[in-house]
Amino acid sequence: MAKKTPLYNEHLEAGGVMVDFAGYELPVRYLTGIIAEHTAVREAAGMFDVSHMGEISVEGAGATEYLERLLTNRFSDMPSGKVRYSLMLYPDGCTVDDVLVYRRAEDKYLVVVNASNRSKDYEWMLANSACGVRIRDVSDTVALIALQGRNAVKILKGADLPEKYYTFKENVPLFGVKATVSRTGYTGEDGFEIAVDADNASKVWKSVLAAGREYGLIPAGLGARDTLRLEAAMPLYGHELSDKRIASEAGLDFAVKTDKEFFIGKEAFVCNTPEYYRAGAFVAGKGIVREGAPLFDEKGEEVGSVTSGTMSPTLGRAIAMLRLKKGVKGAVCSEIRGRQVEMTLTSLPFYKRK
Amino acid sequence: MLKLYSKTHEWVKIDGKIAEIGISDFAAEELGDVVYVELPEVGAAVNAGDVLLELESVKAASPVYSPVSGTVVEVNSSLEDEPEKLSSEAESVFICKVELSEEPSGLLTEEEYRADLKK
Repeated sequence: MAKKTPLYNEHLEAGGVMVDFAGYELPVRYLTGIIAEHTAVREAAGMFDVSHMGEISVEGAGATEYLERLLTNRFSDMPSGKVRYSLMLYPDGCTVDDVLVYRRAEDKYLVVVNASNRSKDYEWMLANSACGVRIRDVSDTVALIALQGRNAVKILKGADLPEKYYTFKENVPLFGVKATVSRTGYTGEDGFEIAVDADNASKVWKSVLAAGREYGLIPAGLGARDTLRLEAAMPLYGHELSDKRIASEAGLDFAVKTDKEFFIGKEAFVCNTPEYYRAGAFVAGKGIVREGAPLFDEKGEEVGSVTSGTMSPTLGRAIAMLRLKKGVKGAVCSEIRGRQVEMTLTSLPFYKRK
Repeated sequence: MLKLYSKTHEWVKIDGKIAEIGISDFAAEELGDVVYVELPEVGAAVNAGDVLLELESVKAASPVYSPVSGTVVEVNSSLEDEPEKLSSEAESVFICKVELSEEPSGLLTEEEYRADLKK
């Protein structure tokens, strides 16, 4: 039986079409539909319930050193109030998860993890724990709302908001409650992620929605979240990242500090030159090439597979991210229900905000 | 013209030997935004219950089953450029026409179909 987020009733009231996602009942879309929700985020604003995401607190005198060893990014030089994206690797260089790390104080961090990996991550973090570190899974007490789009700033006007991308503020008074507000998101737009106590979630959701009405804000579901992140070429665990593939394939080197003395998976990450890389492509003909579809070069040799594929609402054409063998140039072939289609390689991302 | 429905949410309008086929508004609602229609080939032989074509929504591809047996004689090629018509006007936009090779069977009247949806 799938769990309900604190905003479950709000979704039903807004006509959410509910699906089971990572063990939670969440809306894949509302009555407006994925395209309208996607467009609202690109042109005005949209809000998402992302309460299914996991939050793991890491505290104690040894917290920084612990995270330096556990994760690929660097935290020793990160000031409080900043957020960093990082990978968490197994010793073989494959990915446990990709996470956001919030530094709350000298020795206090919050690690935001994917819902589908929450218990696996927590166990991994405990198994690699060190002296002077306290690790707690606080996911069930936290509701997370993502307000995304160029109008997000206007909707929260008057609030004490974080000004810079990838920073956050705590105890921000917002619609009568205290919130942690970060300038982060998964859409390629400006916006905020608002964490509140689960008990306050409905109140904040309704208030943000009401404040945003005049700015074109509508609630958006998982479907739009996926098309938005795919256009922005943001990886999704289980698609572009997995525990079967070496992380160096995914082109996320900005988050991997190989000059650190040690992190779990460093040796494998540094020593293996990957055969594959993350590429982008348009479908040249008709139809949508979906995840899992094989890729072939002009000689008919298999050269990889599609990791995510959809119709891009912004571009009006089918796009895909690929796990592609290095050295393949120009175009590849794939299949839609047995029919051959050509795909034209292109640079990532598919969409970048102006 | 007689309009009947299948339990798999297709409609069929029968005029003599020719059956126009579309999807019900219920099916359109369930699918969400249709972004691509993979039309069948003119001349293709189909049996009732076979997959006739695929509709792609943003999230996934979904089959449309043929409510009748026969041969595809016409497709609505305007849907290639305007697939969204299937989302907004499902009950009036046909996808293809099939020349019947046998009498249709097992189909529901509109009243029966709507009553079935409520169950």
